[in-house]
Amino acid sequence: MSMTERARRKAEKLDRLGELAAARDDERGVSLWQEAFRRLRRNPAAIVGAVILGIFLVVAVLGPFFVPYGPTDTIGIREGLVKSGQGIIPGPSADHWLGFDHQGRDEFSRLVVGARQTLLVGVVSTLIGLAVGAVIGGVAGAAAGLGGRWGRWVDGILMRVIDMMLALPSLLLAVSIAALLGAGLDTVMIAVGLVSVPVFARLLRGSMIAQSSSDYVLAAISLGVRRSKVALSHVLPNSLAPVIVQATLTLATAIIEAAALSFLGLGNPDTAVPEWGVMLADAQPYLGIRPALAIYPAVAIIVTALGFTLLGEAMREALDPKLRK
Amino acid sequence: MTREAAVTDGAATAVPVRGDSLVEVRDLKVHFPITRGILFDRVVGHVKAVDGVDLTIPRGRTYGLVGESGCGKSTLGRAILRLTRPTSGTVVFDGIELTGLPADRMRAMRRRMQMIFQDPMSSLDPRQNVESILIEGLQAHGIGADRAARRKLITRTLDAVGLPTWALSRYPHEFSGGQRQRIGIARALVLGPDLIVADEPVSALDVSVQAQVINLLDELQEELGLTYLVIAHDLAVVRHISDVVGVMYLGTLVEEAPSDRLYSQPLHPYTRALMSAVPVPDPDVEDRRERILLAGDLPSPANPPTGCRFHTRCPWAQPTRCPDERPELRTIGASRVACHWAERIASGELRRHEVTAQLVRPEDAGDTPGTLATPSEPGSFV
Amino acid sequence: MALLEVEELSVTFRQRGRRTVRAVDGVSFSVDAGEVVGLVGESGCGKSVTSLAIMGLLPRQAGVTVEGRADFDGTDLLRVDRRTMRDIRGRDIAMIFQDPLSSLNPVLPIGRQVTEVLARHRGLSGEAARREAAELLDRVGIPDPTRRLREYPHQLSGGMRQRALIAIAVACRPRLLIADEPTTALDVTIQAQILELLKELVRDSGTALIMITHDLGVVAGMCDTVNVLYAGRVVETARRRPLFTEPRHPYTVGLLNSIPRLDGGRGERLSPIPGSVRDVLPWADGCAFAPRCSRQVPSCVGGPPALVLTHTDRSYRCVNPVPPAAGPATPADSGTAPAPTAGGSAAGETRTTAVPAAREEESA
Repeated sequence: MSMTERARRKAEKLDRLGELAAARDDERGVSLWQEAFRRLRRNPAAIVGAVILGIFLVVAVLGPFFVPYGPTDTIGIREGLVKSGQGIIPGPSADHWLGFDHQGRDEFSRLVVGARQTLLVGVVSTLIGLAVGAVIGGVAGAAAGLGGRWGRWVDGILMRVIDMMLALPSLLLAVSIAALLGAGLDTVMIAVGLVSVPVFARLLRGSMIAQSSSDYVLAAISLGVRRSKVALSHVLPNSLAPVIVQATLTLATAIIEAAALSFLGLGNPDTAVPEWGVMLADAQPYLGIRPALAIYPAVAIIVTALGFTLLGEAMREALDPKLRK
Repeated sequence: MTREAAVTDGAATAVPVRGDSLVEVRDLKVHFPITRGILFDRVVGHVKAVDGVDLTIPRGRTYGLVGESGCGKSTLGRAILRLTRPTSGTVVFDGIELTGLPADRMRAMRRRMQMIFQDPMSSLDPRQNVESILIEGLQAHGIGADRAARRKLITRTLDAVGLPTWALSRYPHEFSGGQRQRIGIARALVLGPDLIVADEPVSALDVSVQAQVINLLDELQEELGLTYLVIAHDLAVVRHISDVVGVMYLGTLVEEAPSDRLYSQPLHPYTRALMSAVPVPDPDVEDRRERILLAGDLPSPANPPTGCRFHTRCPWAQPTRCPDERPELRTIGASRVACHWAERIASGELRRHEVTAQLVRPEDAGDTPGTLATPSEPGSFV
Repeated sequence: MALLEVEELSVTFRQRGRRTVRAVDGVSFSVDAGEVVGLVGESGCGKSVTSLAIMGLLPRQAGVTVEGRADFDGTDLLRVDRRTMRDIRGRDIAMIFQDPLSSLNPVLPIGRQVTEVLARHRGLSGEAARREAAELLDRVGIPDPTRRLREYPHQLSGGMRQRALIAIAVACRPRLLIADEPTTALDVTIQAQILELLKELVRDSGTALIMITHDLGVVAGMCDTVNVLYAGRVVETARRRPLFTEPRHPYTVGLLNSIPRLDGGRGERLSPIPGSVRDVLPWADGCAFAPRCSRQVPSCVGGPPALVLTHTDRSYRCVNPVPPAAGPATPADSGTAPAPTAGGSAAGETRTTAVPAAREEESA
């Protein structure tokens, strides 16, 4: 067969291939993340979750600038409307939409300002857990998946440490950490963060080990790519999806946990700074007089946690490789 | 890359003599430890996935490795590429012994020996687009002066495997199975290798697409003088693309012969049984042919039969030698065969007899090496 | 009269946010009592969905629409209520799946799973059921059946599991057996054992068998009648021999020409079908195979091609069929003598061309 003949045939074949794929030709490639995002957008649960979180975010960021009263302003007592000692804590009115708390502060303003603190606690503690957990899990996963005999040894040691953390009841762990470091907001965030370390570590490690045995990793190694690079550029990115989903879900529990620790008195000793958990704790003695004081922050916590959970679950669905076509 | 010298002759010849061989495998063994125990791993046995294989892959030719699942053919392919560490034995690639090579020199050698995988989807990183898949190997070996030079190389390779240039920005999941396999071939090809190990290159593809990939492999060999080691369970496919075919059973090579000869004159009883079991899309052939049905299942490679590995299922097994003496590969004509009685079976002196099936337990095979812990479900707090 | 008569069966999957998939698009075929009928096709041709629809095993939920008729001995299987269907399933029609491990319950002993069927449909219990179960296992070639009855699926090898599954399927001597890729997960030598067993069962019991497979070799050795499916529709129906010697639909010819044959020579170029099964035209707009077809003519596009009936037992759906003389290229006799035991090639047959010249390989 002559060269020109071969070239012509090849050109024809390419044309035909092009034609067959013409319908797919006009757009650029869609990466898996883009595809997952498309799927996410079609999921009503994700939209509800995103809307809740959006509102929460806006309130947390901008809320403090627009609240009608200062969150620490004991206006109720000043104006003589609140006498908690006598069990008089007025409810909602035109001026004070959610009434007063036991110290005569405007409940609505506190709730709005508290959103920022709550968000801060949730995000920071989740990031602490994610960072520490991902490092431990990433090292262990890479070592176990690609490191051979020595790697399995490293992995074994790291995982025993994680197992010990898992064996402790999580709240007890948080309480002991808080006791060790003294009460305070930092303590709450570190405690809540450390508690979620084992979850992130195990999740990333398991996911990385599973990915390590896949064919494309073997393919990269057989291409001559360094193992350290394979771990960073192939194994890790493909193992992150469940960790990200978990982070979203952890955010929800972190908020509840931080509230729980504050409730137990391990949070910020300066109760003047509003935080939903602290508000919940403060409301406890007045449950019989005005249960609404506990209900407001509780509902706020639940709705926010629900938003994170909805979005997290929707993300899990969108990123699940089993659902991929 | 000109190696036409070995390619020009179309007719299949006998196993070539030393000198024009690209890969020489000598007494290669890969044993995986079976471990038990919770705290301390205790080795309780070995899965003898590959147990003493000798083979030579002639330069510019295709060596086909065929056998049923669990015969060790894939492990052998990976051990040759040193993707799995051999327990003992040597692999010599173009005069260089790979088994003792330090890690960094081995990594550099990988440019010359590439692999094509069975499942084109799982062997491509779903988060990489085609361009980054193809460029990765070039970067690892420092091929191509700059981005433009690499891009040129990549485009040429894409063209060679019959993919359009716009494929570069696409992701693997946007292609059909056949196109994905072309990407896998391009990834191997872009480095300009001498040897390509293809592990079940078409078995995951649709029938009509299999032929496209088989033809592509054929054409690339013709144009580039590539040497192939094709590993497959489908004897028809292997015979179609191979010059020499090796048949494996339970970690050992039982027969090796030029492709045509293997079909016209199979010498090992297992080869005969395998050949008679492959369905042929022709009712006339199907109605006339004689089936040699093997009794029972493949014995466990953790506990292989003594003597000849095949004697427990062999319809020609004899009471002497077969159960206690392991047959060596002997040269008979153009073939090499590991059977004590090959000549007397071929001449018809020995007749087939009934074999009662022995039950084989799957759990005897032990855990697959490197079993993985599944990630535990994250617990909730409070 | 036919035992099973499937007419214009269509299955549509509609899912929110996804493209509507018409997995089966007007499949018609019939099965006579005691006959072995093959449904052949590549992935996505709708062969498995067809069998699930007949068995009433498709999820009954919004978004899954089943249309058409499946007349089994006077009952339309697509219209009966669940109760009746449950009675028919297992007793009159049984099914064998591709993956025996996931089709068997992992936490129940094999014996329980066999006796369960015997109890449900044949009213056997206790010792009688166990004896019958052991007999069944023996019949499908499982060694030492009484002991096997107490064992769990994971304790058996793949081939033995498939045998156990077949034992369960034939436990009630069904009149129709549907085997969906029963040997795809198995090795060739084990595949040969299982196919032999199926042939034996069909021959001895007079059970009709629908064999769903992608392997034309399996079809050549087993089926009386073959239906070739493409994109959810039967494109050609023929008796076994005529289909292989005189295929009329370009897709059938293309399939036959793209398979490397064991008795073919080394290095003969195959003639693949260009493109992939994804490159289809909706049937409403013309022949689904047209985009990949080498015999494409203008009349292929515009509407679904009509079913052409040549003579009895023979039909195809094509406006420009392959002329009857030009069958698939039989592999040239490459000078090799037929193997002494393994059967021979089609020695002596001359190579017929014509079709392969028109289709050139798509690969570069």
